[in-house]
Amino acid sequence: MTISPISLAFKNCKKEKRPALITFTVAGDNTKKNSLKILNSIAKYADILELSFLHNCPIADGGQIQNSTYRSLSNGTTLKDTFHIAKKFKNKNPKKPLILMGYYNLIYQNGENNFLKNCKLSRVDGLIVVDLPWPENKKFAKKCKKKSINFVQLLSPTTSKDRLKKIIKDSHDMLYYISMLSTTGGKLKIAPKKILENYSKIKKIDKNKNCVIGFGITNKSIKSFKNSDGVVVGSEICKEITRSLNNRQNPVTNVSKIVSRLKNKIL
Amino acid sequence: MKIKKNIPLIDQHDKFGFWGGKFGGNFIPETLKKPVEDLEILFKKLRKNKKFIKERDYYFKNWVGSPTSFKKLENLTKHLGGAQMWAKVVSEANGGAHKIYNATVHCLIAKRAGKKYIVGDTGAGYAGKMLSMAAKKFGLKCKIFMGAKDIKRQKPNCDAMKKNGAEIVPVYTGSQTLVDAVSECMRYWVSNCDTTHMCVGSTVGPNIFVKICGWSTSQISRELLVQIKKEFGRIPKKIKLLNCVGGGSSSFGFWNEFMHYNKKQIEFIGIEAGGPQKSKRHAAPLTYGSKIGILHGAAQYVNQDFEGQIEETESISAGLDYPGVSPIHCFLKDTKRARYTAATDEEALSAYNLVTKYENLNPSLEPSHAFAEAIKLAPKLSKNTIIIVNSCGDAHKDRDILKQRLGKF
Repeated sequence: MTISPISLAFKNCKKEKRPALITFTVAGDNTKKNSLKILNSIAKYADILELSFLHNCPIADGGQIQNSTYRSLSNGTTLKDTFHIAKKFKNKNPKKPLILMGYYNLIYQNGENNFLKNCKLSRVDGLIVVDLPWPENKKFAKKCKKKSINFVQLLSPTTSKDRLKKIIKDSHDMLYYISMLSTTGGKLKIAPKKILENYSKIKKIDKNKNCVIGFGITNKSIKSFKNSDGVVVGSEICKEITRSLNNRQNPVTNVSKIVSRLKNKIL
Repeated sequence: MKIKKNIPLIDQHDKFGFWGGKFGGNFIPETLKKPVEDLEILFKKLRKNKKFIKERDYYFKNWVGSPTSFKKLENLTKHLGGAQMWAKVVSEANGGAHKIYNATVHCLIAKRAGKKYIVGDTGAGYAGKMLSMAAKKFGLKCKIFMGAKDIKRQKPNCDAMKKNGAEIVPVYTGSQTLVDAVSECMRYWVSNCDTTHMCVGSTVGPNIFVKICGWSTSQISRELLVQIKKEFGRIPKKIKLLNCVGGGSSSFGFWNEFMHYNKKQIEFIGIEAGGPQKSKRHAAPLTYGSKIGILHGAAQYVNQDFEGQIEETESISAGLDYPGVSPIHCFLKDTKRARYTAATDEEALSAYNLVTKYENLNPSLEPSHAFAEAIKLAPKLSKNTIIIVNSCGDAHKDRDILKQRLGKF
């Protein structure tokens, strides 16, 4: 059996005894061109890249990501553009895992099978669907697996132990632990120690499953999660794009700089 | 797709929460799975708890003011000629609209769940006003999410919310109306679900919220059934129940007890907001054949573009200004138990004019949409047809718009 690019990325990080760095950016933010440029430039530092496909009624996104989404939507970014950006990125970085993230309505309207076909054509490695929880996602997750696309299951502090077990059992190569009760980009409102306690409960169920931690991860807090399998940084990046635009600076170089800085903190 | 007999409509969903196999469900982030499940379990228990029902009925009677009156609109009937015009004046309920039923029940549930805070969304401001009233009554701290555009156009209700001690959180994202308020409210709940109860203001949202709201507003038809029997001595042979539909909470409540009557005897007609005559935009997904999509945690007919982005709506009535509609109404449409049509802004305004000219009734812009259809229908029908309109809101909140558009209030 061939190992998936996502598993391989985790394996390589483990060899280097560090967590994987996972970045999150919004497709088409701030422009379609820059969005691709940002992906290409941060691929040097990031181990896995998440790219969100846009939805204008996001029920779990925080302010920073909402800003990025509206900026991109008002520039006219479509789902087709998102696949196009993904494809161009993968052409240049064939081995770098790319995960698409978004809300189910876009998949539903595109048609599940058609959406997965588009993912394959763009060589997308994985999918995160924010509002398609387990067990509702079982059927779709199976379809993904058939196409060798990783369906990333989400876990949260409210997930019961029994449920954790069942979700982990049905999961593919990567799990995503939501660190706290929050939308994305909220301030870390509980101590990293507490987050790691919950995290270790998940790892105890299956220590071989790669589980990343996301939500509230910043330049300040990232160090605390050095011993996890991976950390996701999203809002911090979206915020940097907004800041750069406000200061009439180049978002591509600025984002690249902060991602490099984040990487240094976990080396 | 069929409606089953002897089972309440709110319970006719499958194990994933879908009515008719495709409307509703729970499209929610993982974080909300547990709080939603907890709420499902609690509500299932409370529905069967005699003490809880007694408590609900006590507050409905003594605080909300049940029953609201059912009366014949003699002058309007005479003017229109044809069918008899009747109104169920739900706007007499404490606070001036049907939203009080859902708000009261949610506060009672929140108390039982041991929650100290309650949050809710609002469009016209009625859901917010009633939730703030009920929260004050039951000692809960209250936050209301409301689109910035709606705050401007429904000032009287905002004043009431503040007076009741609620905090209004203005929502500036998207179209700055109800759709964005609901999204923002859900986002807030995601972040605070451990201490806070969420009240969704209509029969929309994840499955359990549709159920709780429908269960609460059904008080309207429970009262009406008794009132009709008393007034006519039996159930007349031809009744048409007309109700405006935004999210669909008042219409569902107005119809529920009559669900299993033959539709030839009791017909349900839902009237959506058609928007301004000259505009292509509307808030009538059932009337204009919108596609099924996911909005606020549920599958439903919703105004959207080919890609799945939710489209902006336009309506003079903030309470109907919502791109989606209750999954339960989608089910009623597809099973053909109810039929749906739309009235334009202009039609609603002229209906308001006519009703207030002939009757001592002051329906808000939402039920004015239903009156518009009733006024169209009545002259074509026979005298023994009974048209009943749910006058579910009072126009006090619309005084600025009415002054501007009609020069009077």
